Amino acid sequence: MRPYIREQKTFSAAEIPEATAFEAGYLVSVNSGWRSIRPVIDTGRCVGCEQCYLYCPDGVIAIQNGKAVIDYDFCKGCGICAKICRLGAIRTEAEHK
Amino acid sequence: MSKRFLSGNEAFAEGIRLAKPDVISAYPITPQTIVVERLSEMVEDGSLKSEFIHVESEHSALSCAIGASASGARAFTATSSQGLLYMAECLYYASGGRFPIVMMNADRSTALPWNIYGDQRDSLSQLDSGWIQVYAENAQEALDLALMSWRIAEDSRVSTPVMVNLDGFVLTHTYETVEIPEQAQADRFLPPYVTGNRIDFDNPKNMAFSAGPDTNFVFKYKAHAGMLAAKDVVAETEDAFAEIFGRQYSGLLDSYRTEDADYILVTLGSIAGLCRETADRLREQGIRAGVVRIRYMRPFPNAEIAAALQNAKAFGVLEKDVSFGNEGTVYTNVNSALQKAGVRIPGYNFIGGLGGRNISAGDIAQMFADIQDGTEHVNFIGIGGDGNGESNG
Amino acid sequence: MANQTAEKLSRDEYFYGHKACAGCGGALAVRAALKVLGQNAVSVLPAGCMSAVGFNFPQLCFSNNSIISTFAGTASMLTGIEAGLRARGYSDFTAVGFAGDGGTADIGIQALSGAIDRNDNIIYICYDNEAYMNTGIQKSGLTPFGARTTTTPAGANIHGNLRPKKNMFEIAAAHDIPYAATASVGYLADFIKKVEKAAQIKGTKYIHVIAPCPTGWGIATDETVEIAKEVVDCGLWYLAEYENGTFTLNHKPKDFTSVEAYLKKQGRFKHLDLDDIKTVIESRDKKWAFIEKNFTYQ
Repeated sequence: MRPYIREQKTFSAAEIPEATAFEAGYLVSVNSGWRSIRPVIDTGRCVGCEQCYLYCPDGVIAIQNGKAVIDYDFCKGCGICAKICRLGAIRTEAEHK
Repeated sequence: MSKRFLSGNEAFAEGIRLAKPDVISAYPITPQTIVVERLSEMVEDGSLKSEFIHVESEHSALSCAIGASASGARAFTATSSQGLLYMAECLYYASGGRFPIVMMNADRSTALPWNIYGDQRDSLSQLDSGWIQVYAENAQEALDLALMSWRIAEDSRVSTPVMVNLDGFVLTHTYETVEIPEQAQADRFLPPYVTGNRIDFDNPKNMAFSAGPDTNFVFKYKAHAGMLAAKDVVAETEDAFAEIFGRQYSGLLDSYRTEDADYILVTLGSIAGLCRETADRLREQGIRAGVVRIRYMRPFPNAEIAAALQNAKAFGVLEKDVSFGNEGTVYTNVNSALQKAGVRIPGYNFIGGLGGRNISAGDIAQMFADIQDGTEHVNFIGIGGDGNGESNG
Repeated sequence: MANQTAEKLSRDEYFYGHKACAGCGGALAVRAALKVLGQNAVSVLPAGCMSAVGFNFPQLCFSNNSIISTFAGTASMLTGIEAGLRARGYSDFTAVGFAGDGGTADIGIQALSGAIDRNDNIIYICYDNEAYMNTGIQKSGLTPFGARTTTTPAGANIHGNLRPKKNMFEIAAAHDIPYAATASVGYLADFIKKVEKAAQIKGTKYIHVIAPCPTGWGIATDETVEIAKEVVDCGLWYLAEYENGTFTLNHKPKDFTSVEAYLKKQGRFKHLDLDDIKTVIESRDKKWAFIEKNFTYQ
């Protein structure tokens, strides 16, 4: 479970809540456009040790079937994962926009 | 129902006990202190089951109350003067977040020069903070407002905090006989607080967030609409109050002998009684005098003031306030109400009581004479006009 | 391959989709702490980086109950929430604050002191990025000696900030707080352990975690974690706890790594001359003499 992108992105005056209280974890925009580099998992080397998952400031790495998987919608390309990986299983590529 | 001889502060504390707030955050300041002392005693003796938080400042007092309200709790605090100004940031926070907190303010002069006595420059400087502002005249009204203000604030059409103002010392420290309602009556009048504007573990919320230029404007409009909705809710609340407690209040303002009055003095707070007595004496001399006591400065009773003043020949506004470089703020508001209603009669501003200076019956009689004869727009009682512009009389 | 730290944490993400700068140490601290505390954490964040990046209606990035407080009011709002929820009959929740260095050591210190004094049952986490980063890198009470900020410019006359960091850890401890700790996002497992411990203790808990800001420190976005490790390894920060009246050092570097190397990696310290660096090292050694004397080591 984590905040996720919702269908409704804009709100009319009537739909805007009375008070400054709204559904938690409501996302309307991604962060992928921020990236200048893209981390790429080498699934051959990745052993699912979860260091990258632990240290990602954006929480965009999950371990699925024993391998790290990146949510590129929200990865900002900081590169911490590539640096923290002891096995060199994450390389960075220039982001092609 | 029982009767007791209580000061305004003590009467207000009795009203708060009946309202059963979940959380009380309080910091002492003269002349409010007795309220929080009494409440702490009630918590100690078990007659009030509130979390009593000894905060370390007024900013924290209101910040804590906001947190409590955001958790869905009923939250109370009290302050005065410098304390109100110190928590000013939180005033806007509470109203913008639509947290129906009730706060008592003991109206007191603001430094410099230092002064602990009553005037209304503290609360009137915060008219734009988004709080409903009501001014009590006596201890009974203070107690009754302690109960009514919760029901108004928490009404889902309103969801706006309420500041109940008691004139420092003159009301907070003066003893009167006060009727204290039974708890069962109070419970019937004031249901528990129910809101969606709260922390919710089943449906988590992100609260007190930022809103950009596109939506921010709408939030502000809705806060304004909520405050305006309080006009009807005040009337409904007072009717329900009268049904249970047998005392009927008069809405946003309290008019006295205005129906046929030629000269009307508009004021607020505890000085109104002396104004009415003076009007009575003037009537014995054949001068048709009347008095309007504004109870609610926000929402402002524009239409009600225009209706009360429309047949008069002239009016005055007596207030314990001045906005330096302009005039008394109440006067500004009253003039705006008349302008919008097309009521074109001369009006004069009487500024008195700053720093607790006494306003005598003779002063008030002189004001009525000045209203009748015409004077400068802005007059400092006992000093004279401010010389800023001619009379419009 | 099991990661013992990861195993203990919730798999859920509670701080996601936020607009923090790439490589933000503060975001990492908030994310990790909430993964410890879980769904029943109620987060309070004052005006500052993490609230600015996480709460822009309708982009709301916390999946647990979260609220922005006034800048000065992190602790006082925590107090109100804790009392309010308790008054309403809730007991299974954690009121946790995440305030920056300015929000903690400067404008928020009064409310924090009040909350510790009352021993309110809250966790207060200061994510220390050593300047007012949200407003564009101005000096705070936790900006270290020598750092260049936009209000402590480094020129020929003055070499950046002239004052050392305020010692918030020991200030909190001086209240005889039930639990206080220092941490660094470079030693994440240690930080996570401390948040876990704090969650088990009744009363006020204060955790001060170094959380580098690539933007304000003048480092690359991928260097956040290693610089946060290095500040501990070179002895300019330390990992410690205060509990039951006792200071405990959790991590003792065998030999300090080079202070100069640590400083020179960062744009904010580039201007420091040898005398400045000597001052930094002397101040470190003085601190460690105090630690040796007054802290137990486990």
